Amino acid sequence: MKWAGLTALAVLAFGLAVLLGPAHVPVADLWRSPIVRDLRLPRAVLAFLVGGSLGVAGASLQALVRNPLADPYLLGLSGGASLGAVAAIALHVTGPWALPLAAFLGALVAMGLVYRLGLVGGAELDPRVLVLAGVAVGAFAAAISTAIVSLSEATALRNAFLWLWGGLSGANWETVLVLCLYAPLPLAVLYAAARPLDLLALGEEPAGYLGVDVRALKRWVYVAASLLTAAAVAVSGVIGFVGLIVPHIGRLVWGHRHRALLPVAFLGGGTLLSLADTVARVAVAPRELPVGIVTALVGVPVFALLLRRWTRT
Amino acid sequence: MDPDLILAAQGVRYRYPGAGGDALAGVSLTARRGELVAVLGPNGSGKTTLLRVALGALVPAAGNAVVSGRPATAWTRRELARLVGVVPQREETVFPQRVREAVLLGRYPHLSMFGAERPVDHEAVNRALAQCDAAHLETRWLSTLSGGEHQRVRVARALAQEPVLLVLDEPTMSLDLRHEMELFELVRGLADRSRLAVVLVTHHVNLAARFADRVLLLDAGRPAGEGTPGAVLTRETVERVFAWPVAIETYQGAPQMIPLRRRPPV
Repeated sequence: MKWAGLTALAVLAFGLAVLLGPAHVPVADLWRSPIVRDLRLPRAVLAFLVGGSLGVAGASLQALVRNPLADPYLLGLSGGASLGAVAAIALHVTGPWALPLAAFLGALVAMGLVYRLGLVGGAELDPRVLVLAGVAVGAFAAAISTAIVSLSEATALRNAFLWLWGGLSGANWETVLVLCLYAPLPLAVLYAAARPLDLLALGEEPAGYLGVDVRALKRWVYVAASLLTAAAVAVSGVIGFVGLIVPHIGRLVWGHRHRALLPVAFLGGGTLLSLADTVARVAVAPRELPVGIVTALVGVPVFALLLRRWTRT
Repeated sequence: MDPDLILAAQGVRYRYPGAGGDALAGVSLTARRGELVAVLGPNGSGKTTLLRVALGALVPAAGNAVVSGRPATAWTRRELARLVGVVPQREETVFPQRVREAVLLGRYPHLSMFGAERPVDHEAVNRALAQCDAAHLETRWLSTLSGGEHQRVRVARALAQEPVLLVLDEPTMSLDLRHEMELFELVRGLADRSRLAVVLVTHHVNLAARFADRVLLLDAGRPAGEGTPGAVLTRETVERVFAWPVAIETYQGAPQMIPLRRRPPV
């Protein structure tokens, strides 16, 4: 029942993303219209993939750092990616792949830095240290980004600003294809880690006695979730709250078993971002809102409600 | 080789990185099928460290730990979890869970990476719950259980692993009299009826003396005695290790320690 509902919601969200837009396309012409074929369809697919990836990355990282309030950007990835993108914009690096690549590289550098800081005593990925390192690296990168933005001219500033709030306007079949080839591997790694992540919630020593190779698990999950987030940020900018709220609702409805939760987070994340992107395209047409603003406007109130409920129980 | 010998740690020495002295030195611990072995000692005497070394979680600087004929560190964590069920002293509860789900976690070492739980797994969970008299709790949330019920569920999770060795680290800490006795009766029964080897770390000298076949008494990481409770728990040894005057009486053949008051009542 829950699954049928979620699937129906996902189909509905995807359908609306294809159906609605600033330009009116009659339903009869839907499959022949170049607007649908070259703009709306790849954008809907990309929104779904990015949202799903953020959902899965968020759910896995919450289990990894054993904190239900963790999100995919907790580990400094958004800061690193933003710095990469802002630097590319300010340096007028052009070409269709310049921005995503720069963002991706920035995220990887941040990830490497946080990972290195998290290796306390040379071996352990201490979740508390990881979170602190992520916040520190993120803040540092954000400071440099802001410095660059404040020194750049108006058009670059606007582009950088829009990028920082996330947007899927760059979507085309090429981006979709790249993400389709890239995302399955980290997604499969995280799904394979679903059951050990259930055990990790007991703590590292108990998980080890139940048969989990904790050190390997932490590394695989950290790397896979980070790579997934980095790719999402690279193609869409920083889209907040999807990776936080979706797993949270999933946990409330489906419980904490990650074999169910991770697929739920993927479907739910895809659904939420599809809907948000449709709103972002349609609400102020012909202009567009950054999708991150929509997810934040929806996400923050929902999150506040969840937090109240969570602290009450 | 003795097929009943499940755990054999010999002459173990271990020092935590950066620590000034050895946490363990020259300690040996064995456990056979059907046998309940109690590890006793004051706080910080190395009981939990000994368990970690015996289970391959820490690598000793000297000596060795062998589980079922192979060095503990040579087993993968998964293989070891099919042989040894552990009830650790502490664990976290980040995400709420129901009893049956919690016990099902014990089946992890038997499951394939992507496969679902099979009927045999659910049967093992049912058996484990029944053995621990916890079948009626299966739909309850862990957070609603009493301390004694929670401990029985954690023992059930270890039994769901279908181990040959059961290790419990201070399982009766903060339990009241009845739940404490129930737990001791439970683990004794598992040794007797299910022929498990049981290693029990505890602060309860008197209950250990009555329930265990053998005791190992640790004193600041050194062995202060090993053998039957009657041979180890003499007045001199207990007074020296626990640094408190005691009298030893015998009850049903087992030594029972009575701590003395320094200033006797007038």
